[in-house]
Amino acid sequence: MSIITAKEHELSTQTMAQVYAETITKLMEENKDIMELEADLGACIMGGKMDEIDKYPGQLINCGIQEANMIGTACGLSAAGKIPFAHSFAPFIARRANDQIFISGCYSDANVKLIGSDPGIMAAYNGGTHMPFEDVAALRAFPALTIMEPTDGVMLKSLIRQLAEKKGMYYVRCARKAVAKIYEEGSEFEIGKANVIKNGTDVTIIAAGIMVAEALKAAQILEEDGISARVVDMFTIKPLDEEMVCKCAEETGAIVTAENHSIYNGLGSAVCEVIAENIPVPVEKVGVQDVFGEVGDMEYLKKRFHLTAADIVIKAKAAAARKRG
Amino acid sequence: MLTDKKVQELEQFAKEIRIHTIDQMAVRGFGHMGGAMSICDLLSVLYGKQMKVDPQRPQWEERDWLICSKGHAGPAVYSALSLKGFFPRGWLKTLNQPQTSLPSHCDHKKTPGIDVTTGSLGQGLSVAAGIALAKKIDQNQNQIYCIIGDGESQEGQNWEAIMFAAQNKLDNLILFVDNNKQQLDNTTANICNMESFKEKLESFHWEAEEVDGHDLEAIDAAIERAKNRNGKPHAVVLNTIKGKGCSFAENILKNHHINVSKEQAEDAIDALNR
Ligand SMILES: Cc1ncc(C[n+]2csc(CCOP(=O)(O)OP(=O)(O)O)c2C)c(N)n1
Ligand SMILES: [Mg+2]
Repeated sequence: MSIITAKEHELSTQTMAQVYAETITKLMEENKDIMELEADLGACIMGGKMDEIDKYPGQLINCGIQEANMIGTACGLSAAGKIPFAHSFAPFIARRANDQIFISGCYSDANVKLIGSDPGIMAAYNGGTHMPFEDVAALRAFPALTIMEPTDGVMLKSLIRQLAEKKGMYYVRCARKAVAKIYEEGSEFEIGKANVIKNGTDVTIIAAGIMVAEALKAAQILEEDGISARVVDMFTIKPLDEEMVCKCAEETGAIVTAENHSIYNGLGSAVCEVIAENIPVPVEKVGVQDVFGEVGDMEYLKKRFHLTAADIVIKAKAAAARKRG
Repeated sequence: MLTDKKVQELEQFAKEIRIHTIDQMAVRGFGHMGGAMSICDLLSVLYGKQMKVDPQRPQWEERDWLICSKGHAGPAVYSALSLKGFFPRGWLKTLNQPQTSLPSHCDHKKTPGIDVTTGSLGQGLSVAAGIALAKKIDQNQNQIYCIIGDGESQEGQNWEAIMFAAQNKLDNLILFVDNNKQQLDNTTANICNMESFKEKLESFHWEAEEVDGHDLEAIDAAIERAKNRNGKPHAVVLNTIKGKGCSFAENILKNHHINVSKEQAEDAIDALNR
């Protein structure tokens, strides 16, 4: 693992969808056993590659609108030696095909890489039915499943390339839009190992996905108020990097979690479990407060569901204030 | 049989549904145009003639129900509901705005006249079957209508509902398949060919017929026939064109979710008014 953090965190020029499409098609060209399955949302992540579907016979397959069958089929393909990646919007992976992921996938030792796109508020104008604040929650108690949320395109590319080599069940909750650049090209990431992307001593913000950029902004604001905040990118939500969580608890004495997901059974809950059992320090959670999603643009939704840097600042101050002298 | 006057009235209603649907999407500048346009003629017959509803009492016990399982066609249903008087015309400008009552997908908690929340494809027909069964148990005469997309029908849950409805003799249920031959990524034939709906449904012990989904009289006549209570659920397969009536969307393969500029909308509405 060797990360190089970007100096400026402006939006990437490439969308996450473009990064995924480029990476997976390159992998399919390198290894004919790698497959990409779609359930009629191919255009949304593979873009123009769907028009070249004939270039990847037996590799790029549009199953139709049938996510449960797609994932069951992917499990069968993996049983027979193929390496399938299967994509749909996150709710249709995590909710619609939940039992297929459990039985045909995890319980059966299958080798399927699930890509759930538009997590949380990133579903934007598709609204409440498409806005998964519960996908991690719905999958976190599945043994043998690794859950990740790539932070930017550099990481996404690295993780997808690693997944092509790894055996087992993986769920990647993944943005499609352009996101803030956090890492420089050439960074390498180790699944299960969190990255400290900013040092600090008074409080640690443990974030994932789009909340990492918000955490960095929050850390800057806190700095101005004389609070030194550490920022940890916890891109592997399961298995959690417990060592890192304990280290941060010990060294900074207070934790804030930040996730584009429900405060129940996501990153925040996972961190609390580790903290409570090992080294009890104050924890505050930034996340969606057990409510349903709704339509809107990203800026509106961030405010509506309290997922802004300002929300992290408030919680960080609260956590730091709760520290025992 | 519809009188000439009624046909004219329904044509006008269908045209207005289309105009308001295009207009709604132009405010934000995008929307699910294709699948909204293909059901406008059906909506005209349903809300203009067949359905027993009361705009003043959206929850009226005696009403007929409509479950638009292809929830992304919401804007077309909103147009019909608004024209019918369920809510003010001005709401149509708020499609997909923060705090709106008109989200991209049908939501019964937000919009008066929307009976069931949809958007996650493949769930509406089961809910419709449940409502139909309850109405039968209660010996209530309401008619339950459900619209699914041809692509949507690939979700296996539809076929579970289709078996359940036949077994339970839900003859108060009328299913419309919006057979516009296209789904999101491509044609239905290229992705997962569903032909023929009529044969499939008949072999599942439904009564099914196929009609031109843009012929108002044919749709009306098919519904009249489907209203008979003969112990079988009924399906009307509507042969439609995705994007029908929207000049810049009709007959285009990628018209599922598209950008809609103010100018394009104006041109398309002019063309409809001509
Ligand atoms: C369970 C589920 N999977 C995928 C989607 C994304 N999606 C929305 S509409 C659509 C295509 C629908 O095609 P069809 O049913 O033929 O509708 P129409 O052509 O009438 O628009 C897809 C894949 C969804 N809303 N729900
Ligand atoms: Mg269709």
